[in-house]
Amino acid sequence: MAAATGSISWKKALIPLASLPLIALLAYGFRTDPKNIPSPLVKKPAPAFQMAIYDGEPISLGGLKGKAVVLNFWASWCFPACYEEAPLLESTWRTYKEQGVIFLGVDIQDKEANAREFMRRFNYTFPNGPDPGSKISIDYGVYGVPETFFIDRQGRIAYKHVGALTPDLLRAQLDVLLKEQ
Amino acid sequence: MAGLMALVLLLVPVLGSAATAAVTQMPDFALEDRVREVAEGLRCVVCQNLSVADSPSDLAKEMRNVVRELIQQGKSPAEIRAYFVSRYGEFVLLAPPKRGFNLLLWGLPFLAIAAGACGVYFVAKRWTAQREPERAVDPEYAERVRRDLQERAGPSKS
Amino acid sequence: MVSTLGGFVLFLALGVTIYAAAASVIGARPGREDWLASSRNAILVHFCLVTLAIFLLEYALITSDFSLRYVANTSTRGSLTRYKIAGLWGSLEGSILLWEWLQALMGALVVARYHDKHRQLMPYVQAVLQGISVFFLLLMAFAVNPFARIFPIPPDGRGLNPLLEVTDMLVHPLLLYSGYVGFSVPFAFGLAALITGRPSEEWLTITRRWTVVAWMFLTCGIFYGGWWSYRTLGWGGYWAWDPVENASFMPWLTGTAFIHSVMIQQRKRMLRIWNLVLVTLTFSLVIFGTFLTRSGILGSVHAFADGPVGVMFLAFLSVVLLFSFGLVAYRADQLKGHGELDSIVSRESAFLLNNVILVGICFTVFLGTIFPLLSEAVRGTKISVGTPYFNRVAGPLGMALLLLMGVGPLIAWGRASLNNLRRNFLKPSLLAVAGTIALYFLGVHEEAVLAAFLFAFFVIATVSFEFVVSTRTRARSTGERLLEAFFALLLRSRRRYGGLIVHLGVVIAIIGIAVSSIYKVEREATLKPGETLSIGHYTVRFDSLAAGERPTHILVWANLMGLKDGKPIGELTPGSRFYPNQQTPFASVDARYHWKEDLYVILSAFERDGSSATIKVMINPMISWIWIGGGVIVLGVLVAVLPERRLALLSVRARAQEA
Repeated sequence: MAAATGSISWKKALIPLASLPLIALLAYGFRTDPKNIPSPLVKKPAPAFQMAIYDGEPISLGGLKGKAVVLNFWASWCFPACYEEAPLLESTWRTYKEQGVIFLGVDIQDKEANAREFMRRFNYTFPNGPDPGSKISIDYGVYGVPETFFIDRQGRIAYKHVGALTPDLLRAQLDVLLKEQ
Repeated sequence: MAGLMALVLLLVPVLGSAATAAVTQMPDFALEDRVREVAEGLRCVVCQNLSVADSPSDLAKEMRNVVRELIQQGKSPAEIRAYFVSRYGEFVLLAPPKRGFNLLLWGLPFLAIAAGACGVYFVAKRWTAQREPERAVDPEYAERVRRDLQERAGPSKS
Repeated sequence: MVSTLGGFVLFLALGVTIYAAAASVIGARPGREDWLASSRNAILVHFCLVTLAIFLLEYALITSDFSLRYVANTSTRGSLTRYKIAGLWGSLEGSILLWEWLQALMGALVVARYHDKHRQLMPYVQAVLQGISVFFLLLMAFAVNPFARIFPIPPDGRGLNPLLEVTDMLVHPLLLYSGYVGFSVPFAFGLAALITGRPSEEWLTITRRWTVVAWMFLTCGIFYGGWWSYRTLGWGGYWAWDPVENASFMPWLTGTAFIHSVMIQQRKRMLRIWNLVLVTLTFSLVIFGTFLTRSGILGSVHAFADGPVGVMFLAFLSVVLLFSFGLVAYRADQLKGHGELDSIVSRESAFLLNNVILVGICFTVFLGTIFPLLSEAVRGTKISVGTPYFNRVAGPLGMALLLLMGVGPLIAWGRASLNNLRRNFLKPSLLAVAGTIALYFLGVHEEAVLAAFLFAFFVIATVSFEFVVSTRTRARSTGERLLEAFFALLLRSRRRYGGLIVHLGVVIAIIGIAVSSIYKVEREATLKPGETLSIGHYTVRFDSLAAGERPTHILVWANLMGLKDGKPIGELTPGSRFYPNQQTPFASVDARYHWKEDLYVILSAFERDGSSATIKVMINPMISWIWIGGGVIVLGVLVAVLPERRLALLSVRARAQEA
């Protein structure tokens, strides 16, 4: 029996073509990064906090008004990213510390002994402290380490970076913070 | 009768288990229940798709503590959700709020099913209209069939 | 050496498969039997080559040949042999090889079974199956070569993700993949029917068993995945509506719809287009699922994405969708059957409703899975769609399906008379209502649970009555004893009674899901040695903390004593596993599993000196019913697909023994 022939009108062609929008959406998915979640805090006032400092006086964010703040969240168990950016942070701190910016490190969900070892290893001279109960982390919407917040002199969050910092990015953001009076 | 008994026997363990289960509710954990309720709607941001209530991670534990504190301060579930959204973004809600574009998500399934059910109804109506008309059964033939059936059933009666 | 040989084998297989597909198409014309015969040989050679590739990779894994990047990624020298073997599917490249091997196996089996039948359909069936294999072989040849080398050769491998070093890893992926790949066979036959323009029900009859067996494997895989999650992952749950979990659930839903609506087509020659659409959707969802896992566009526990793989899968998915639906559109006019229904109150209507609900649930799950992506594309914000949404929408639909499961098998084909309805449904309805009222007075007050039990009782009652009445009738008319009559009944109408058993299994599982979700309780506390935690009838006492070395990790566990109503019921030892390469430990759950309820314990935290341990204790009532239900489903499928010859032999033998 010879197979009867079929036909296709433009109306019927809609059926297969209906799958194209879906394919387009999935293709769009390649450009998104499911791990990168934009923060709602950018361009808003930085949440206030008070934190104890390892070997230092407690620091409150309010007391730093007028200075630019680089707030870095890290942990000793964060391989390899925190270990990659630590020397960069310390060296940049030493370069910029007289220019009206302060680097502040928040050590999250960590043991003090391990944290001190981390700080000793990278010769950290800027203030670092623990975050018991993860209050500060939650206030800043931190969902991984490392994350760094760039806070301007008026106390607003200018930029949030997720992941290890690179020299160019760190310097560029610092320059932005320090340019405004 | 045997069928009925078999059925009852089947149902007894079911009833028993369910009853035991239901009565294991503990009245003195109201706060924890409320924490759990709110936490179930929040996403554990360091896990894959788990709620803050279910997640075993440390951050989730701390988030639960924050929820507990906020409840004890008298905040409502909506306020607690807003608290977390202002910090983490809408991403932290495990089910998007029923607003704006998200209405598509909440509405489409029911619309689709309703449309499907209506479609099936109308198609079924059309198909029943298309069926061939019944022919009346020849009464003599029907009588013969009835007699034959009776004969067959007869000898096997125990 | 293995690397070069393995790569060569895969390239050779690619060439052979392309030839097999082409030769099949050429052999479709009448008079070209020699081409067809040649294509069949090529298909068998294809299978042998891919089998050889598997052997080579396994050899490299077992001998810890770390010159292969894949071996270095998925095993270590110290891994147990069975996990080295399982490393074959532990990561991307190997999993593609395994999938392709199963696909090649399907192609070979189809050839072996039907090589001298179905002259018109077979060439195109072969072409489609080989075409799918071509895609997977292309993937391996140009994107994810499992035999790729690594320089310098590392002294030891990285090893499987510790979450995967469990016996479940030996089973779960194989079950799922068998289900996924199995669905390609009815798909191939469906496409062949479309290509040849044969609007018959032929392809349905041929593929019935393939579809049901593939469905069974997929069901097993899904249940097993839940069981694994529950027993091992340590969060106390079994389903998180993770995108990849959803990806396995969606083809299951359309596959179930397909199995049911096929019965209408076989009886009434209706719904031809719909069934072709369903089988295409099922296969497309399988590909979509594997695309999700491997493209990384949606984060997931299961995802293991890499490079161009995602793009290639999307391209393949597009080809499948456009080609299949294009064919359906092309043949639409010829396929239109003469739709006839005797009455709206009939089994046909029940099946149609079943389809609407199942496809509706599938649509919901699909929408929920891609909505974050859609929302980001349209609004630019990232949102989450998780358990609260899926439960809210799928829950009521599941209830409707539950009710249908009771009605469907017993309502008559054609027109259900009032007599028929009364005879089949009156007593079960009464029993269901009575049972639910009894539950209410026993303390169950939640509407969702009561509704679930109402429908569940209804289904159990209808199934039980059907079995009991039919067995009694048969026993009376043949003089057999009740048990004999029961088995004879099963054997005679395997499909029907197998189906009933499957429904029973689904009901049992749904009861387990409903009760365990609504009535689970948990409590967490930090205990010092000797202290106890009470939950319901149970008490858990913390005795001591211990630690020990295992081949691949360090295990720390708490020695707990469980008591029920004050009487000891056994030790529980939940723990944490610390792996050298991993930052956070993995939970090692312990539980007392029981068909009534599970006592489930997790070690959340501890002090290294053993002075305290934080444990989380849960009671999960009736959660075992989910796994039991899964087992009953498998039993039902086995009854439904048992081949005829063997059964005739069995019943002859039984009768001979009686005599």
